[in-house]
Amino acid sequence: MSPVGIGQKISWRVATVIDVVPETQRTRTLVLDVPDWPGHSAGQHVDVRLTSEDGYQAERSYSIASPPEDARLSLTVEQLKDGEVSPYLSEELRAGDTIELRGPIGGYFVWDIPVGGPLFLVAGGSGIVPLMAMLRHRNAALAKSGDARHMIPARLLYSSRRWDEVIYRDELARLAASDPTLEVVHTLTRDRPEGWTGFTRRIDREMLEEVAWPPSEQPRVFVCGPTPLVESAANALVEIGHQPALVKTERFGPTGGSV
Amino acid sequence: MALISRGFRGRKQSAEVAGRLPPGQYETRDFPVLSAGPTPRTALTAWDFTLRGADGRTARWTWDEFTALPRQTTTKDIHCVTKWSKFDTVWEGISVDTLLSEAAAKGVVAAPYVLARCDGGYTTNVPLADVTGGKAWVAFMYNGAPLPPEHGGPARLLVPHLYFWKSAKWVRELRLLESDEPGFWESLGYHNYGDPWREQRYAGDE
Repeated sequence: MSPVGIGQKISWRVATVIDVVPETQRTRTLVLDVPDWPGHSAGQHVDVRLTSEDGYQAERSYSIASPPEDARLSLTVEQLKDGEVSPYLSEELRAGDTIELRGPIGGYFVWDIPVGGPLFLVAGGSGIVPLMAMLRHRNAALAKSGDARHMIPARLLYSSRRWDEVIYRDELARLAASDPTLEVVHTLTRDRPEGWTGFTRRIDREMLEEVAWPPSEQPRVFVCGPTPLVESAANALVEIGHQPALVKTERFGPTGGSV
Repeated sequence: MALISRGFRGRKQSAEVAGRLPPGQYETRDFPVLSAGPTPRTALTAWDFTLRGADGRTARWTWDEFTALPRQTTTKDIHCVTKWSKFDTVWEGISVDTLLSEAAAKGVVAAPYVLARCDGGYTTNVPLADVTGGKAWVAFMYNGAPLPPEHGGPARLLVPHLYFWKSAKWVRELRLLESDEPGFWESLGYHNYGDPWREQRYAGDE
């Protein structure tokens, strides 16, 4: 199946901000109304373009957080220190404002129900965003069929620095609690709440061997996060024996980022 | 007409920076890493490079033979389709012109299109005219040091006047073709040619 948007011209559209939802201290979700949105697949992104009064323009890419089933398009934006666009999107923009965007973009880092599973997701920090679209898409399919036994099993391994920096924390807990075929495993690399019994280190080979399905199950693997996390997780998965072609990666941020 | 974003000022750029940035790009001093899958690792003893003609004739070099070819050093601005540009990157490698003339001596005849093939299965296509005339290299040194694997080492194609996905990492073969054949991203919604100055990011961009 070909992801949505491939082969069509991707034109700029004017999106209206319907709501701004705080997620963590540094991230907000922009809920957008996009007239004539052509639809998308979970994992795809959009380009956002801002124009100042003197005509200066800046463009950046943001992953889509909402599943294809939602009527509204959601982007979760992390405010980057010294960023040019993200502080505007995460602080200045409010309901009623408009921005230009175009998409959906990207035909490789995508997961739809027909791709199948098991689905193994590895996230670092705001790398959760496109993976959340996959989990939401999966959940929407579950709600439709109403039978968890027909579900594609999924596991998420999610690395954050602190518990209060875990994006979508409550929603992930709700999804996992209501779905026996979904497991959510956190690792917290800097600070832990009192009584924390989960992982407390960066994602490594041993952790992946413990959490991931074995290579013989041929899980569909998606890894998204800062470059060092993606590099080490993807390398470890290949060392464990997962086929490189089943390990899809999306890297972002400066070379030195860490989660 | 573009929509004005209320309260957006953007970053003030010098005229020099603005003049070097293609539309929609911003300057970064980092060297971000982007690839669709795990980083392949090939031992230099197992590495070779092939130039294959449309008729199947090939020229092939081992690592030692390849790096013994006449080298060039070049300083270029590079532009990634994900919006970052990096100025004055310094590369060392073998000009594709050199590879073609060495291969011609072995009976490999030029053809109008090129498909670069890489470890890990990545491919990208470019017209021959865009990799000849001093416009492209197979680079194995970056900033005076061996090219790190995450940036495409042992060797990557360098076609700096096109978006950087055309500068295929982990390149092992240039295949000459009589007709154009889209590569990996070119089959997944990205532009077939990818000129950053015309902002040809995605299929359908003019």
